[in-house]
Amino acid sequence: MSEPTTPSVEIVPHLCKACQRCIEVCKPGVIETNLERAFNELGYQWVEYKGDGCTGCGACFYACPEPGAVIVFKKGTAA
Amino acid sequence: MSQQVLEKPHSFYEKFDRKGGPQKTTHYCPGCGHGNVHKLIAETIDEMGLADRTVFISPVGCSVFAYYYFDVGNIQAAHGRAPAVGTGVKRTRHNSIVISYQGDGDLASIGTAEIIHAANRGEQMTVFFINNGIYGMTGGQMAATSLLGQKTATTPYGRTVENEGYPIHMAEVIATLEAPVFVARTHLADLKGIMNTRKCVRKAVQAQVEGKGFTFVEILSPCPTGWKMDTHTSCEYIVDKMLPVFPDKVFKDLIAERESYVRPDVDPTDEEVLDALDLGQLGEPFPKDQNFLDNFPTMNFKFAGFGGQGVLTAGAILAAVGMQEHLQVSWIPSYGPEMRGGTANASVVLSNKPVGSPMVVKPDVLAVMNDPSMDAFEETIAPGGLMIVNSTIITRKAKRTDIETLYIPLTQIADDMGLKAAANMVLLGAYLEYSKLLPVDHLKQIVPRGIKRKQLGDQNIEAVEAGAKWVRENVGARKAEAAVTA
Ligand SMILES: Cc1ncc(C[n+]2csc(CCOP(=O)(O)OP(=O)(O)O)c2C)c(N)n1
Ligand code: SF4
Ligand code: SF4
Ligand code: SF4
Repeated sequence: MSEPTTPSVEIVPHLCKACQRCIEVCKPGVIETNLERAFNELGYQWVEYKGDGCTGCGACFYACPEPGAVIVFKKGTAA
Repeated sequence: MSQQVLEKPHSFYEKFDRKGGPQKTTHYCPGCGHGNVHKLIAETIDEMGLADRTVFISPVGCSVFAYYYFDVGNIQAAHGRAPAVGTGVKRTRHNSIVISYQGDGDLASIGTAEIIHAANRGEQMTVFFINNGIYGMTGGQMAATSLLGQKTATTPYGRTVENEGYPIHMAEVIATLEAPVFVARTHLADLKGIMNTRKCVRKAVQAQVEGKGFTFVEILSPCPTGWKMDTHTSCEYIVDKMLPVFPDKVFKDLIAERESYVRPDVDPTDEEVLDALDLGQLGEPFPKDQNFLDNFPTMNFKFAGFGGQGVLTAGAILAAVGMQEHLQVSWIPSYGPEMRGGTANASVVLSNKPVGSPMVVKPDVLAVMNDPSMDAFEETIAPGGLMIVNSTIITRKAKRTDIETLYIPLTQIADDMGLKAAANMVLLGAYLEYSKLLPVDHLKQIVPRGIKRKQLGDQNIEAVEAGAKWVRENVGARKAEAAVTA
């Protein structure tokens, strides 16, 4: 029997433009912005996954305008 | 591992290397809807396995650089011309999937004619129309889609009906045409809107894959920079202000009922094209005489008269003879709006060098068939040039004394042969007999091949001969007495 994997999301810091569209569509509210954070090379304070609670719904992936900034690992089975 | 991952679609380049910038992201502002739509299109291309068949036409506007992002075939079209370029691509590459991507300045202003006619012709392409109600790239000027009251750089007091008219509803306009098979408007203001856009993007592309016809998806898209709003407020603006004016719905969906249609492959040979157009019947060129070509001067001609006197044909035949002699030639007609009557003239250039401009302003040889033509052009003849006057119709004499003048009753000679319309051929026969610029004999060979009414070939050859004969009997060769009164 394979173990079900936990869904999660990865925000790629150097691609995020901090528009916050992902945050608006995340139902469980597990992406956050942190105004204390340093800026990335684009000059934005990228958003971050809180670390757990992602349901793998994919909403943030479609809401994010930057092609590579969000990667969502949906619920699945690890072989 | 069987975990599903949502990541950057493979139809994007792995790295966004743009010339002149270290930035590895798209160049779009934070929260700009262009990126969302790009992503949905790329995902669809991935899923349908179309990357190698897709030709993406980028517009002028903020999305001008889309070719740096999509790893597919790319063309960047002139402002508003994406549907015209797409038409060319699709018609020459039937298997391609053409995606025309345009903003509202591009599609709904400068390119209005292109989109309407591409849609009306039912071109087999998919158009994504980004309606952000503003010219983003150029700094937020009013678009045809800007809302009433909307403040922009060019409507600082807000758009008014009196000054700028109402916003144009492109999806509705396109949907009134018969050819399009799928026309929808969607928005990107919230997740529901984005997922509906995703559905429509797929549907439109799938319809093209199936050869159903023209598909059009208008997408209400945030432009936080142009609107001077943050992302959140931009999305609210779409819901509160834009959607009431631009409802999101499917205006037309005939995908299920329309038959698939593949445009027949038309690939005629050069000969078939020339035949179909009644052209290219001049036959083999005359043997090349290098000495003759080397010594040939550049000669500028103008043939002028009223419509029906055949001055345009005279010019075309002379150019055709020159062409068959391996000369560089040009012929350009000029006439008024009348199809019959009115005045007309043809400029012809014969040269042994490439012709720069086909317009003849200072003719070396001017032939005038009626009074107004002589009045208009006598002054323009190059000093030392030749004027041939149709003395049947024109009774006055030349004013210029620094030119050679031949008075020939062209119309009378043609009339005597029972073919009044052949005065132009009499003219050519007379001119070549007089000038010896090109052999009269070659002219006689080209005339029946070059004229439109082939059944009159023999009579036209006779007219050429009649002109030549008149010169032999009345003038003799050039440098004999120049001016002859008929
Ligand atoms: C022939 C021509 N006219 C005008 C321009 C200037 N121009 C560049 S982009 C643009 C409008 C872009 O607006 P839109 O199509 O709405 O695209 P957006 O930038 O909003 O995505 C204009 C007028 C141009 N580049 N070429
Ligand atoms: S996948 Fe869904 S739950 Fe997970 S971070 Fe994105 S929006 Fe939130
Ligand atoms: S939507 Fe994308 S670019 Fe915007 S804040 Fe989220 S991850 Fe960053
Ligand atoms: S100006 Fe508007 S349309 Fe252009 S990139 Fe910025 S947000 Fe997008």
